[in-house]
Amino acid sequence: MSKNAIIAGLAAFVIAALFPFWFNLGGTDAAPEPELSAKAKAAGKCVLDKYDMRANHMSLLDEWRDAVVRDADRKYDAANGKQFQMSLSTGEDSCLGCHEDKEKFCDKCHTYASVDPYCWECHTTPKEINQ
Amino acid sequence: MKQKYMLPLTGVFLLFVLAYAGVEGAGMQWFFGIVVPYAAVLAFLAGFVYRVMGWASSAVPFRIPTTCGQQKSLPWIKQNRIDNPDTTAGVFVRMVLEITLFRSLFRNTKAAFNRNEKSRLTYSWEIFLWLGALAFHYAFLAVLLRHLRFFLNPVPAFVKVLEYFDGIIQLGLPIVMISGVLLLAAALFLLARRIFDEKVSYISLAADYFPLFLIIGIAVTGIFMRYFTKVDILGVKTFTMGLVTFHPVIPEGVGGLFYAHVFMVSILFAYIPVSKLMHMGGVFLSPTRNMANNTRIKRHINPWNYDVDIHTYEQYEDHFRDKMIDAGLPVDKKE
Repeated sequence: MSKNAIIAGLAAFVIAALFPFWFNLGGTDAAPEPELSAKAKAAGKCVLDKYDMRANHMSLLDEWRDAVVRDADRKYDAANGKQFQMSLSTGEDSCLGCHEDKEKFCDKCHTYASVDPYCWECHTTPKEINQ
Repeated sequence: MKQKYMLPLTGVFLLFVLAYAGVEGAGMQWFFGIVVPYAAVLAFLAGFVYRVMGWASSAVPFRIPTTCGQQKSLPWIKQNRIDNPDTTAGVFVRMVLEITLFRSLFRNTKAAFNRNEKSRLTYSWEIFLWLGALAFHYAFLAVLLRHLRFFLNPVPAFVKVLEYFDGIIQLGLPIVMISGVLLLAAALFLLARRIFDEKVSYISLAADYFPLFLIIGIAVTGIFMRYFTKVDILGVKTFTMGLVTFHPVIPEGVGGLFYAHVFMVSILFAYIPVSKLMHMGGVFLSPTRNMANNTRIKRHINPWNYDVDIHTYEQYEDHFRDKMIDAGLPVDKKE
């Protein structure tokens, strides 16, 4: 192969390898903060503490789904002593009962981290229905 | 236990412990999370360019394509245009197929003695190395591209499409990504081949085991973080976005396992240019694949030919003409 072709290929590779560096130029890199609704702020306590919740909420929801659907077990005793309704979107002490706005709470981080949960293939957010 | 793989295994384990203990014990997040990754990217790119430029400046005086089919010949003899290409187009197709489908590995054969009283030497088709290699490389590519979701904001559609198909079996939560499982399985298979196949084991050195252990280590830590120990993804993306926008930050609540993962990936990148993993760039420059077999069609002149001081027949005859005439030998020019 001619030296020019090799250098051209090499240059293309280096530019491609640096893709993440030039793709983000001029963009916003600030991580989003999920907005807590007034109700959530007032409650002060969630089912798990903050970082545990961030890392594990999907597994928790998965376990809840199985518990509710298979065993009709709807009560969750949290480590902080409170009791919660095992539900994503039904009732006052379900997830969405407290975190009322899906867009401001769930979607902010999910979009940022490119996570596309299939919760919403079955569940709807109460707010969306009202609109 | 053979020392040939104990040394690289211990090495990878020590690398893991170094980063894990460095972060959990000594709080050196800035070193394993910021200094090492930047140094690794620099080493990878500089080393890669250096190696390829070295190859680009070496002489390739001869056409040495490996021919695996009928050469271009008489019009009524059918040429194999891909396996014995005489045009650039043929070479291009051959290279694309080699790089994307590993055709030369597909032809892999193994030699073994028959397991009966005749014990004849038999060559048979051995497809598993090809299958394992193909699974490994494509799974690795998918995993690498999927990780772009941590380095790009907003995440482009092609990454989302890849994630969708990678997680299409919708198993568990977080959804199992096929490529991650396949990467680990294929790497373990390639490792098992090196350990348990005696002929392969005999020719395997520390430099063969080290990248395998390192990649297995990377896959295991990645899988652990995603499915078992869990990690704060938002913190992780804050960290990676900090790196690619040159505003490095150390997020709260991200533990040693993540930094061990990042450290091993950094070591892998830095290691590529100084190792056999350079086949990533080298495959494009394989002279036995990337040349057209046209030696009988085109004259190839050695690029560093110098003018040889030759003694032509005319000069010879000028020198010996008298003696040749005396001896009765025929001469072209008489005086």
